[in-house]
Amino acid sequence: MKLEEIIRILQCRVLTPELDLSMDLSTVLASDGMSEILAFHKPGALMITGLTNIQSVRTADVADVRAIIYIRGKLPNDKTIELARQKKLPVLSTALGMFEVCGILYEKGIKGAM
Amino acid sequence: MAEELFRKSFSILSCNFDKAGENTTEIKALLKSLDFNPDIIRRVVVVAFEAEMNVVMYANRGRMDFVITDEEIRIDITDEGPGIPDIKQAMQEGYSTATDEMREMGFGFGMGLPNIKKHSDFLEIKSDVGKGTTVMAGIRLVPDA
Ligand SMILES: Nc1ncnc2c1ncn2[C@@H]1O[C@H](COP(=O)(O)OP(=O)(O)O)[C@@H](O)[C@H]1O
Ligand SMILES: [Mg+2]
Repeated sequence: MKLEEIIRILQCRVLTPELDLSMDLSTVLASDGMSEILAFHKPGALMITGLTNIQSVRTADVADVRAIIYIRGKLPNDKTIELARQKKLPVLSTALGMFEVCGILYEKGIKGAM
Repeated sequence: MAEELFRKSFSILSCNFDKAGENTTEIKALLKSLDFNPDIIRRVVVVAFEAEMNVVMYANRGRMDFVITDEEIRIDITDEGPGIPDIKQAMQEGYSTATDEMREMGFGFGMGLPNIKKHSDFLEIKSDVGKGTTVMAGIRLVPDA
């Protein structure tokens, strides 16, 4: 599924508007635990998390995550967004909670990477 | 004896959460540029990141030696810090002395050392309580080196 479509369905706010959003995503890593994201990562996943500090972007980067969605309307600080920009990693925020986000994407055929 | 092809040392600062993980990013870029197999890179990255985070979280300072030989990739991390009184206990999944602040960074769920173990082919941990800890992990590049 195209990231642009995911943004539309989840009504995401795009925090890095200058980055390319046309990528195709088919697997998700959903967790607030960065060790868990690392342990189960498969390259190319979409990361869904409630953790908004800089470690979320670093973990996403080393885990070859393609994009991050922050849940429950959470917003990372500027330093974190700046690192994401540097890493060319689109970061988004949705008002929906973890359960809703995962449920909606699962229904659309996206699979878990764990 | 294995032939050493590459070596680099990194210093790790404790409590510098903004920089935590940068060394791992550099290692990953290097392995990619050398065309290592993605699964090997994946494993090295998990080991290096978790070990680096442990120094940032628990120790005062540390050093990471990253070595590539014709047989293996080694990540040796030595720190000055409180040490680990019971290594067997520390290796158990879920065991953690992390503070709430550390947990808010997404680490501190007691999965670091088990993750290192799971993603490496050999692992040795030595610790001197009150002095520091050495974590030596390696990933084999050839089936039975
Ligand atoms: N370098 C270190 N120095 C001191 N204690 C450590 C170090 N690494 C790990 N530990 C101890 O071992 C425990 C388990 O580590 P780990 O499996 O990485 O889980 P976590 O970091 O999530 O707590 C830590 O909570 C800490 O008490
Ligand atoms: Mg740890």
